[in-house]
Amino acid sequence: MKNKFAYTKRMICFAFSLFTLSIMAVLPASAATATDIGREYGFIIPVLAVLIAVLAACALLLVFLTHWTAKRVRRVRKEIAAVQAGETAKAAPAKRNANVPALELRHVTKTFGSVVANKNVDLDLKKGEILALLGENGCGKTTLMNMIAGIYFPDEGEIYIDGEPAVITSPKDAFRYGVGMIHQHFKLINVFSASENIVLGIKDGQKYKLSEVNRRVREIADRYGFHIDPTKKIHQMSVSEKQTVEIVKVLYRGADILILDEPTAVLTPQETEKLFAVLRRMRDDGKSIIIITHKMHEVLSISDRVAVLRKGEHIATVETATTDENKLTEMMIGKKVTLNIDRSEPVNPTERLTVKHITSVDADGVVTLDDISFTANAGEILGVAGIAGSGQRELLESIAGLHHVNEGEILYEDPTTGKTENLCDKTPLQIRELGVRLSFVPEDRLGMGLVGNMDIIDNMMLRSYRRGKSLFLDRKNPKDLALSIINNLEVVTPNEHTPVRRLSGGNVQKVLVGREIAASPSVLMAAYPVRGLDINSSYTIYNLLNEQKKKGVAVIFVGEDLDVLLALSDRIMVISGGKISGIVDARTTTKEEVGLLMTSDTRMNTDEKEDA
Amino acid sequence: MTTFITFLVSTVRLGMTLLFGATGEAITEKSGHLNLGIPGTMCVGAACGCVAESIYFTSVNGRMIPVLAVLIPIIATFIGGALMGLIYSFFTVTLRANQNVTGLVLTTFGIGISNYMIAQVKAEAYTFAAARKYFTAGLPFSKNLGWFGELFLSYGVMIYLAIAVAILTSIVLNKTRLGLHLRAVGENPATADAAGINVTAYRYGATCIGCGIAALGGITFVMDYLGGNWEYVIDSIGWLSVALVIFMAWRPSFGILCAIVFGAFYVASSYIPGINLQTKELFKMLPYLVTIVVLVVTSIRDRKEDQPPAGLGLNYYREER
Repeated sequence: MKNKFAYTKRMICFAFSLFTLSIMAVLPASAATATDIGREYGFIIPVLAVLIAVLAACALLLVFLTHWTAKRVRRVRKEIAAVQAGETAKAAPAKRNANVPALELRHVTKTFGSVVANKNVDLDLKKGEILALLGENGCGKTTLMNMIAGIYFPDEGEIYIDGEPAVITSPKDAFRYGVGMIHQHFKLINVFSASENIVLGIKDGQKYKLSEVNRRVREIADRYGFHIDPTKKIHQMSVSEKQTVEIVKVLYRGADILILDEPTAVLTPQETEKLFAVLRRMRDDGKSIIIITHKMHEVLSISDRVAVLRKGEHIATVETATTDENKLTEMMIGKKVTLNIDRSEPVNPTERLTVKHITSVDADGVVTLDDISFTANAGEILGVAGIAGSGQRELLESIAGLHHVNEGEILYEDPTTGKTENLCDKTPLQIRELGVRLSFVPEDRLGMGLVGNMDIIDNMMLRSYRRGKSLFLDRKNPKDLALSIINNLEVVTPNEHTPVRRLSGGNVQKVLVGREIAASPSVLMAAYPVRGLDINSSYTIYNLLNEQKKKGVAVIFVGEDLDVLLALSDRIMVISGGKISGIVDARTTTKEEVGLLMTSDTRMNTDEKEDA
Repeated sequence: MTTFITFLVSTVRLGMTLLFGATGEAITEKSGHLNLGIPGTMCVGAACGCVAESIYFTSVNGRMIPVLAVLIPIIATFIGGALMGLIYSFFTVTLRANQNVTGLVLTTFGIGISNYMIAQVKAEAYTFAAARKYFTAGLPFSKNLGWFGELFLSYGVMIYLAIAVAILTSIVLNKTRLGLHLRAVGENPATADAAGINVTAYRYGATCIGCGIAALGGITFVMDYLGGNWEYVIDSIGWLSVALVIFMAWRPSFGILCAIVFGAFYVASSYIPGINLQTKELFKMLPYLVTIVVLVVTSIRDRKEDQPPAGLGLNYYREER
C-alpha cells in the first residue's frame, strides 16, 4: 500500500509537469496567433488546450487512485457471481432458515501499511443472539466491525450474511444487507434534529416529509421502550439520548444485525441497565447483536456468547454461561494475570493539599461543588468515587486552576520551601510559577490533554518548552522521554513521530499519563485514567500510580470501577451531587457502603441539567 | 425623492450582483468547502461570458437575437465558473490539498487568466456595450408606473434571476432530501459517509454548481452594474460576496435582505452630497466592518444554527483516523 501511494505521488508530479509544460508551450504560440491574425480568437485554442490538459490529468489521476480498490471489488464480485451461478445450477436456492447464521466471517484479513489489524478471522453470529466481542486495546475489534459496516474493505476473506456471500464496500451496502453499526464516537450532526439525523442518507423513494419521519421514529421508540423526542436538536441532548438516536437510526433502516462499539463507556450504571433492557427486547424480537465492551461484568450479564480477539486474531467463541471472568481474561491476554493490585502502606503521610469549603456555581446557576473540604496526603492515594457528573471534573479543574471557585480556599504545602500557598483563583500558569506542580490527566484526553495532530515528541514538549534557555527548541530531551514512554508503557505506535490522533484510545491514554508522571509532580490528579483501556494497560497505569505514591506524591484518583477503587486507594472520598457524602478507609469499607454513599443525598442535579 | 429612488435602484443592482456570489459560495460552504477562489471564479466567469458574447456578436455581424444575447453569456459564464469549481474540487477532494491555499491560488489564477482573455477581445469592447441593453432592459410597464415601476420593475433580467436563485437555493437546502444530505456533508462528512451519502459526489457537485452561480455575479457586474465596461475590479466584488455569506449566516433567502444592506453601504458614498474622493473609499469599507460586527455578535450569541458548517475548511478522507 505504501509503495502504491508513492506511485500515485509520482503520477501526480508527472501530471503537473505535463500541465506546466503545456502552458509554457502554448502561451507564446497563442501570442503569435493573436498578433498575426488579429481578431480571430486564436487565443481560445491555448485556453482550451490548458483546460484539456487539466482535465486529462484529472482523469488520469482518478483512474490511478481508484484502480486498486476497483480491481479488488471487481474480483470479489466476480467470485461471488460464480458462486451464486453454481448454486442456482445445483438446485433451487436454499430457503432462509433459522439455522443459518445471521453473519459469518471467513478468513478476514486487513492491514494498514505494515500493521496487521486483523488476521484470518473467522466469526459467526446466530440469529437472535447477543454476541460480546472482547479483546485488548488495538486488537482489531473496531476494525473488524468497520469491515462489516462498510467503513473499511477487507484485504482478504469473505463475509456471508444469511448464508449468502456479501460484498460490503460502503455503509450504504451495509444498510442494504441489514447491518447497522453504532460507533463509539457518535456519527451524528449536532445542528440537526433527531429525525433529520435518522432519515439522513435514506433514499426510499418516498417524499421527504419530516412529520412522517417523526411519527415512525416514535413508533419504533414505543416498540422497544426508548424515550426520544424526534424534534430535539442533537446539541441539546445528553450522551445517552444521543446513543438512543443512533440506535433508532439503524432500526429505522430496518437493520437485523446491530453492532455496538463500546456503548456503555459513556453511560452511567442506570443508563447502561436501560440500554441492556432495550437490547434484550431487540434480541427477543429476532435481531442479532454484536456488542464490544471492556467491562467484564457487562459481558457476563448481557451476552449469550463471547468471541475473544487477541492481536487481530480470533482466539475462541464460548458460551457465556460456561465461562467466567478469569477464563475470559486469560484468553484475552494469553497469559494468566493476577487480578490483585499491590497496595503498599502509605509512607509517612503529611498534608500536601487542603481543600476548605469550596463552592462553585456554573453559568446556569447550578451548584456544581457544594462546600467541599478534604485533605490529600503525600504518599497516599485518595480515591474519588461518584456517579459520573457529580462534580469530579469541576473539583479537579478547580485544583488545577481551570475552574472558577466562588468560595473557599485550596491550600498547598510546598514540600521544598515548607510554605503554604493558596491556589484559589490563580491561573494554571501562576500555579506553576509558584512552584506548585500539579499534573492533570483530564477526562477528555484528546481535547484537553494532548494535541491530536502533533506527534508524541511535540506533545511531550507541551510541558517542557518553557524550560528552554536557548532560542531554539530542545528536541533531544523530549525525544528521549517519548522513547522511554513508548518502551516502558508498551505504546503501540509505528514510531515516535506518529501524530497521536492516529493511535488507538488506550495508547493515547498511556502517552498522556506517561508525560504527566514524567513531570515528577508533587500532586498527581488522574481522572478516569483507565477509561477505554484493556485490563493489561489498566494495570500498567495502576502500577504507575502506585509508584508515584511510593515516591511521596499525593495522588488523587477519580475512578469508576469500584473494585479498582477499593483495591488501589488508601482512602475513598465519595461525592454525590457536588457534595461529599463520605470519606472512608478503603481497607475496611465494602463496595456496598461506597455504592450507598454514591447514591445518598443526591439532589436531582442531573435532571435539572437536562431540562436547562 | 428621485435621488433616493435612484440610490435604491443602484443599491439593489449591486446587491443582487453580490447575492449571486454569496448564494454560490453558500452552496459551496454548505458542502464544507471554504472556497476563497470565488473572486477568481467570478473573473473567469465574467470573461467567459464576455468572450462568448463577443464571438456571438461577430458571427452574426451584430444582428443579435435578444434572448440568445442574454442566454449565451449566461451559459458560458456558468460553464466557466463550474470549471473553476471542478479544478478546486479536484485539488481539495481528490488530491486533498489545503482548501485555503487552493482557493487563494485560484483567485490569483482567475484574475490573471480573465485579464488575458479580455485583452484578446478588448478591441471589440463595443460588443459588450451592445449586449448591455438586453441585460438591463426592464420589465414592460416599468416606465409608466412612476416610482413603483422604477423601484420594482425596472431591473435587468439578472437581478430577478439572482432573487429566484437565492430563494430556490434556500428551499432546496432546507426542504429537500438533497439539501439535507448536502448540509450533512458540510457539517460532518464522516457521519454523512457512514449514512451512505457519497461525500465526494456531493462536494464536487455543490462546488461546481456553487461556482457556476457565483460566476453569474461576475457577468451581472460587467453587463448590468458597469453597463458593459470591463473594469479590473471584479475580484473586489468577489471578496464582498465572501463577506456577505458570513453576514447572511449561510441563509440565501435571508441573504436577499443582507445583500441590499451591503449594496446600500457600498453605493451610499455616491449619493451623499459634499463628500470627497477619500471619504468615499472609507464608505466602501463599511460592508466589511458590518461583517465583522455580525461575526462578533453571532459568536457571542453562540446559536448553533448561525454558525458556519462544522466541517468547513476540512478535507475528508475515509480511511484516515
